Amino acid sequence: MTLEEIKGRLETHIPGCQVSIVINGSPSAQHSLLIDRQHAPEIARFLRQDSELQLDFCSNVTAVDWPDHEKTEKIKTKKIVDGVEKEVEETRKTITPGYLEAVYHLFSVCKKEGPLIVRIHTPNRAEDVTLPSLTPVWRSAEFQEREAFDLFGIVFEGHPDLRRILMWEGFTDHPMRKDYVPPPEDDLESLAVR
Amino acid sequence: MDQDLKIELSKNGIFTTTFEELYNWGRKNSVWPLTFGLACCAIEMIATTMARYDLARFGAEVFRPSPRQADLMIVSGTVTKKMAPQVVRLYNQMPEPKYVIAMGACAISGGPFRDGYNVLKGIDRYIPVDVHIPGCPPRPEALIHAFMTLQEKISGQRLTGESKPRHLEKDLPSEFAVPEFGEHGLEPQQNNEVFPNPFKVLQG
Amino acid sequence: MRQVLSSEAEQDGLVEISMGPQHPSTHGVFRMDVRLDGERVVRLKPVFGYLHRNHEKIAEAASYLAAIPYTDRLDYLCSMTNNWGYALAVEKLAGLNVPERAEYIRVIVAELTRLQNHAGMVGFLLQDMGASGTPLMYAFREREKVLDLFESLSGARMMCNYMRFGGVRVDCSAEWLTQTAMLVEGFKGFLGEFEQLLTENEILMARTQGVGVLPRELAINAGVTGPGLRASGINYDLRKVDAYGVYRRFDFRVPLGEHGDVYDRYMMRVLEMRESVKILEQALRDIPSGPFIDPKAKLRGLRPKAGEAYARIESPKGELGFYLISDGSPNPYRYRVRPPSLINLTVLEDMCLGQSIADVVVILGSIDIVMGEVDR
Repeated sequence: MTLEEIKGRLETHIPGCQVSIVINGSPSAQHSLLIDRQHAPEIARFLRQDSELQLDFCSNVTAVDWPDHEKTEKIKTKKIVDGVEKEVEETRKTITPGYLEAVYHLFSVCKKEGPLIVRIHTPNRAEDVTLPSLTPVWRSAEFQEREAFDLFGIVFEGHPDLRRILMWEGFTDHPMRKDYVPPPEDDLESLAVR
Repeated sequence: MDQDLKIELSKNGIFTTTFEELYNWGRKNSVWPLTFGLACCAIEMIATTMARYDLARFGAEVFRPSPRQADLMIVSGTVTKKMAPQVVRLYNQMPEPKYVIAMGACAISGGPFRDGYNVLKGIDRYIPVDVHIPGCPPRPEALIHAFMTLQEKISGQRLTGESKPRHLEKDLPSEFAVPEFGEHGLEPQQNNEVFPNPFKVLQG
Repeated sequence: MRQVLSSEAEQDGLVEISMGPQHPSTHGVFRMDVRLDGERVVRLKPVFGYLHRNHEKIAEAASYLAAIPYTDRLDYLCSMTNNWGYALAVEKLAGLNVPERAEYIRVIVAELTRLQNHAGMVGFLLQDMGASGTPLMYAFREREKVLDLFESLSGARMMCNYMRFGGVRVDCSAEWLTQTAMLVEGFKGFLGEFEQLLTENEILMARTQGVGVLPRELAINAGVTGPGLRASGINYDLRKVDAYGVYRRFDFRVPLGEHGDVYDRYMMRVLEMRESVKILEQALRDIPSGPFIDPKAKLRGLRPKAGEAYARIESPKGELGFYLISDGSPNPYRYRVRPPSLINLTVLEDMCLGQSIADVVVILGSIDIVMGEVDR
């Protein structure tokens, strides 16, 4: 089934869900579906149980960090300076807010098909980082969602046992984020560099 | 004792030695390692004990699973910050005399994973190390060479005098502080008694 | 030490013990918090992260080529297949082609890797059961022969760093192919010896049949792949399903189990070794001459177009996948390894519930984990 057909099926069977196709620029041509987080558990259950798709095997669950993107551009505008209209160069900064993304690679073992790539975004990177957990649908997501929580900070609602998996419990940072700064070390090399 | 006299006597069936030589000979030929494999170097350590590069002929006949029965800890593989307190605890539980071989680049200084947020840059930050083996992973022959170096070190230890080994000096510590899990890393970052930091020494 | 052990267990009369991270049978630095009722397991929580070396963050800071030696150290017993998985992902991302001779060489080294990995797994499983090193000695004897071949081909015994994007690093000589053919011939004799020692051994059968059963539905839902999945009766081998490389040209069967217990998982490894020997014979017979790497492939300073790719191969442990996102720069933006050992551990608790504590060790040995891959 093509992505357009899957999108059509989802929109028919689950009213109100927002599904869009994300085009992949590389020669691998692995395009993905972006779904909204409200309907994600329902969509996941449908993908697994639908007789046409039968995507019963979730192979890979991972998270990606897209930080805030700041763009500075110099724009020429007309302004009134000392009573005279002049053309002034202004620098305008636009900040596109960043987000965290969870990516799921789904396959079908009985039909030997795949992959179907599904993505869910969080609204931003700071306050609202919750996503629904798909572990009740595919058990293979259990450890991988815990890892995404540990290293990226995405909180999965509905996960049976959400705690840190690779780092220890008292650790407070999320190391795989792009803005992670490791603590200063006082060994010879670091001191020499500083 | 005069070497020629020694040889003459031994030709007649009389063997002469000193207590020191005998004591060290017994110790160096029966060093029992602890089964302590962390990562890839552990596989080379296992290969060293297998039929082709037999480590048992040097005296490391049995690898003991319990630290209370082991003499040697071969730290083979990357020591991470999560694992470091356990390594130090195991070292503390070993009875004296005890030795540490840091096998592989990761155990010496962090190795290829040095830039990691979870990687300890060398196990000699917390415990004293006797022999370092470079390599990634070192060949089994390198581990055998390190074992022989350790044996030479043991046979060179004097029982009396200034440079007594650690297990005969009552006031040298044999247990070291176990690091704690902090919020961003381990606390303390290194044990300054074991891992002297020249900058700190200069600063006083 | 942070404890998951709790005092509520003591009130119920249950015992809670922590096996690991230093334990002779936990296959590396792996810890299990086991709650026991007498000798029966009531709850089991795996704890890992003791070998977390942040491979992904290092690879995101390094270029595509510089990440290849780090992939060697993921599943440190099977460095060739790790390299192949990564090379396949980059080739998909950048759209590179691989010449035929290189594909055949890749198949030959991958199947040799599978042989020595499965032999080692059986050796370690039996050592955990108390056979105290004898099968392991036999397995390592064969492994040393395979490592000799790897050393003469790539320069290193374990961390081979052999695959490149668009082919392999150096060509193999005709003499190397002859020596490999001799090893494959001798391997059949070794397999006969091994099976005679083990397969109908009473102690092995008593300790492994009916132990650690993995039901079919749970296996698929929990993402178990590799011999563990096929032992539960599901025919899913990526060499047949995806047919990456030139696997389509080889004639081999996929062994399947019936019961999904430890004995079936052990038999999977033995039968897969026999199938690998078949594939090796065919590959050594049919290998063509030609270039060993795509001459137009750019290795240093490779800048794939912005996009992403996911590639997977059938490594000896299961489905090893690499997910790469490129943003046009020489470093990957996101580099992710899908580790088969970690996902196979999801069902450890389910398989161990109700079994005795001695069986936990055997079940863990049958899943065949390597901590370098679980923790990355």
